[in-house]
Amino acid sequence: MKLTAHTRFSGCGAKLGPGVLEQALCGLVQPAYPELLADFSGSEDAGLFRLGPHQALVQTVDFFPPIVDDPHLFGRIAAANALSDLYAMGARPITALALVCHPLKALGLEPLKAMLAGGLAALTEAGCALLGGHSIEDPEPKLGYAVTGLVDPDRAWRNNTLEPGGRLILTKPIGTGLVNMALRAECASPAARAAAETTMATLNKVAAEVLAGFPVQACTDVTGFGLAGHAAEMAMGDRCGLSLCMAQVPLLPEVQDYAAMGLIPEGTYRNREGRLRFLRGDLSAANLDLLFDPQTSGGLLAALPAAEAEAALAALQAAGVPAWIVGETGGAPGFVQIV
Amino acid sequence: MSPTCRRLDARGLPCPQPVILARKALAEGGFDTLEITVDEAASRENLLKFGAYAKCLVEAVDEGGGLARICLTPQGSAPAPALAEVCPLPEGVPGVGPAEVVLLSADGIGQGDPELARLLMRGFIYTLTEAELVPRRLLLMNSGVRLAVEGSESLANLQKLETRGVEVLACGTCLEFFGLTSRLAVGGMTNMYEIAGHLMEGPTLSLG
Repeated sequence: MKLTAHTRFSGCGAKLGPGVLEQALCGLVQPAYPELLADFSGSEDAGLFRLGPHQALVQTVDFFPPIVDDPHLFGRIAAANALSDLYAMGARPITALALVCHPLKALGLEPLKAMLAGGLAALTEAGCALLGGHSIEDPEPKLGYAVTGLVDPDRAWRNNTLEPGGRLILTKPIGTGLVNMALRAECASPAARAAAETTMATLNKVAAEVLAGFPVQACTDVTGFGLAGHAAEMAMGDRCGLSLCMAQVPLLPEVQDYAAMGLIPEGTYRNREGRLRFLRGDLSAANLDLLFDPQTSGGLLAALPAAEAEAALAALQAAGVPAWIVGETGGAPGFVQIV
Repeated sequence: MSPTCRRLDARGLPCPQPVILARKALAEGGFDTLEITVDEAASRENLLKFGAYAKCLVEAVDEGGGLARICLTPQGSAPAPALAEVCPLPEGVPGVGPAEVVLLSADGIGQGDPELARLLMRGFIYTLTEAELVPRRLLLMNSGVRLAVEGSESLANLQKLETRGVEVLACGTCLEFFGLTSRLAVGGMTNMYEIAGHLMEGPTLSLG
């Protein structure tokens, strides 16, 4: 059985382009609830709602069509991906609800059971209680979770609070979109496939816990908009922008080959269309195909003061989290410099 | 001989299907230029990249309305060897039916009333143009070659099949026998050596 054969897009590549979303949300306003700290009008990873002086609810939802054929692994990836937005805000996950679309006639019950088991395993690892969910019959399978966490609102990591003189740390390699295209073309190497599966199935839990011991300026997780797309959101603060050093950006095996072969997800082109105007510097096709590759369950992208960056990197690596310094903060607000 | 072109219709196909189809066609060869019609900007860009990667001469003809024809002309005798190494060809590319080759050995289907046979053949070819799965090749032999000449009532449908990526090949000996060689209006001419090769290389459906 091939789960991905039932889908047109996969993983976060199925996401609507950022330009489309901005247009759809443009002009939508809701009452100014006093407890509301962050909603859809910003570009935070999750919504924030104050419960008390030192506690806020963090909520986010993410679901998508299968990105791998193994249903258990897909469930795990779907949960890891949903939880990632909570970790990106420095929040502690507490509860989850499942969202399931399943073609029962075409696939039967077994893969659904395996998906939910994989999802539950990841939620359990996160210490996040599954409360329930909702399922519908759908020709295209999809799975995801609405997850809730808690955070001290004064200590929550925002994604656009960069300060000059910082360093950017990334905790997972990029290229899951390209590997997925290569898998669909039955052309991904076993090494690329294994590396992509491992990285997508890994929770950002340990990375977030280690980073919590450091003075994080800003943090986001790299998902559907690609590294450059999410970096552009980070650069939207009023203090400064950032720069990404291509030579330092970690890549999954062989993704440059896949890009050269034209195995580029449609999401890459949508991301490029929506966000290219915020990029400066070396905008070669080779760079853009990697920088806008939609990531599923990508890593955390965190900004720290330069003096703390090496220590944070060492602490992450000591905890078993692969991590790289991929750039620095600075330059004009609103722009991502590619060097 | 004038340059031959194989046409593929990749409209409406999600990435990476257009690239997969192009790769399979290049590996098979048997043409000078491969022309792929796409209707997505992403597919257009990806095919341009793929063409350069496969060491083809690449040309894009934009037809307006997002429609584009990408022409890939392989340079040298074989597609880039690295291609097969990096990426062996997948089995069963969608869009191609289990019958790789359909052999039409008459201009009608079955014996008996010739009028009924003619209607059945016309209907079969039309139905193929609407079918989800098409064969890789249509081989025309004996009076089947009449289907592909000027004035044939199936000519437009055969041309349509060609744009969907079906290679239409008419038996040269047969065309000559009927004195129709100069009136062939769709596809290419072939000989018994090639026909025998095509018939033996995969599942074949024979009608006529």
